[in-house]
Amino acid sequence: MTSLRRGVRYAVLLLITAVFVTPVVWMLLTSLKTYADAQQDPPSWLPNPFSTYGYDAIINNTANPVLRWFVNSMLAATLHTLLVLVTASMAAYALARLRFHGRRLSFALIVGTLFLPPTSLIIPNFVIAERLDWIDTLTVVVVPGAASAFGVFFLRQFFLSIPRELEEAAVLDGANHWQVFTRVLLPLSKPALATLAVLSFLTNWNDFLWPVYVLFSPERLTLPAGLGLLQGAYVTDYPVIMAGAMLASVPVLILFVLAQRHVIQGVSRSGLKG
Amino acid sequence: MADVIEVGAARGDAPPPAGGRLRRRGATERGHRATPYLFLAPYLVLFGVFGLAPILFGVWISLHQWDLQLPNRPFIGLGNYRDLFSSDSAIYGDWWSSVRATAIFTVLSVPLLVVVPLGLALLLNRSFPGRTFFRAAFFAPYVLGVAVIGLLWRFLLDANLGLVNRLLGAVGLPSDTPWVTDVPWAWVSLVGVTVWWTCGFNAVIYLAGLQDIPAELYEAARVDGANGWDRFRHVTLPGLRPVLLFVLTTTILASANVFGQAFLITQGAPGEQTRTVVWRIVDEGLRDYDAGRAAAMSVLFALMLAVVSIVNFRLFRYRED
Repeated sequence: MTSLRRGVRYAVLLLITAVFVTPVVWMLLTSLKTYADAQQDPPSWLPNPFSTYGYDAIINNTANPVLRWFVNSMLAATLHTLLVLVTASMAAYALARLRFHGRRLSFALIVGTLFLPPTSLIIPNFVIAERLDWIDTLTVVVVPGAASAFGVFFLRQFFLSIPRELEEAAVLDGANHWQVFTRVLLPLSKPALATLAVLSFLTNWNDFLWPVYVLFSPERLTLPAGLGLLQGAYVTDYPVIMAGAMLASVPVLILFVLAQRHVIQGVSRSGLKG
Repeated sequence: MADVIEVGAARGDAPPPAGGRLRRRGATERGHRATPYLFLAPYLVLFGVFGLAPILFGVWISLHQWDLQLPNRPFIGLGNYRDLFSSDSAIYGDWWSSVRATAIFTVLSVPLLVVVPLGLALLLNRSFPGRTFFRAAFFAPYVLGVAVIGLLWRFLLDANLGLVNRLLGAVGLPSDTPWVTDVPWAWVSLVGVTVWWTCGFNAVIYLAGLQDIPAELYEAARVDGANGWDRFRHVTLPGLRPVLLFVLTTTILASANVFGQAFLITQGAPGEQTRTVVWRIVDEGLRDYDAGRAAAMSVLFALMLAVVSIVNFRLFRYRED
């Protein structure tokens, strides 16, 4: 009875897994086909022959500099992540550990914006970015997103869960706030910082709407914004389009495999525990 | 989410125990009065410019005839809002068609995105070999961006070359369904893809909630002779109530803000029937340069969502009594 039930359970789980994974596998397989092979009906699962046609097309492409987009995305996501880590952790320290006038108000304002759909700020943010002369630069896809309240909120909750005793010992030894923050609190917060780093990187790497509308020059695009162009240029030449999609997927899939625990924990914390 | 804030605020505002207070005073005396503000400053600059200012600035823009390409931006009061509500204005039809599209998508996708992930979470909510693997597999599509899944599903749902129609044909079902070019199929596609893409995310949130339900409650129910369904209704569901409210609220917001799927998969087709509110707003403001009108749409849309969220909270509060 129990072994039968266990068998059914695994069969169901494997079936569901197939639904989630097959499309991604199909993307990989198609990216390794030739144009003619991808047009076949009925389709062949495995590429015949295995071909680098799709990847060649995006690598030697002056109209759609896909590799440049990849580098732009990598730079933007990395700088964005660093900016979030530095600014959010400092602000979270002040909100969790220091007493000052306006603490309640600033925390309430910051948390309040968590409820605001970010898309509702796109028009004013565009006008602000334009005044700063940031449109069509790397800065515009790095900086504005770091105003998100999530990082501050997330780290503040984590700092509050750390017992104060260790910091108090450091204070007795004559450490100032900056030393307490950098030498005691941050080292104790490595798991939370890693989680925030991974989530920030993913968010920025995958961001689509904002880059599509604030970047114009072909050599300035990020990968997601560029993929839209690739779809327009190659229409049904699916090996090329899927090769582009693979380039945008591989880094985040690797990151997910390596940091799965952090991603899952970050998401489940965002639910109830903050 | 209300719970999040209440918990956070309670922790932040509660007077610390006497000992802690004394010691903390001592610590603060060591730092300069400006120290807290220096810690806050870098984030507050970002938050002020790109988080707080745009809220007020957006309302301000919406009260002007604000063409991004013209230097003159005359104040027109509620003119932009009037246009959205008067059926003889040029934007009226487009605007309400996008509201309709967004409403259809939200009403169809939210129930699935609340229920399907709960099922997945229940399947994973006990320890067995391979559990971490399955959880990761269910979550994996979510780490791919909307650009990737949009391109991928545009291909899979291609009427002629797509895998979906070919698999359907292989088992003897109709193999010429216009998944991305005609209704109702376009809605099925957009909703289906979104469920595939994001249900792992909600499942992970449910899983965390399920693990917070004390095992003793299930034991007690079992002792009382409750069967599996009874335990689900009387232990699991009540225990999950705050999580359900959170998932429901965030999912409604996420669905109402749908953009990339429609932009890449159906590309608005047929006609402009799957062109959503967010898409209409950015096109109006950033393609046609009418930032005033687009800002008015944003404000109106944010108000609509606020009403939905409040109703949502009310309903759940009442059920609790």
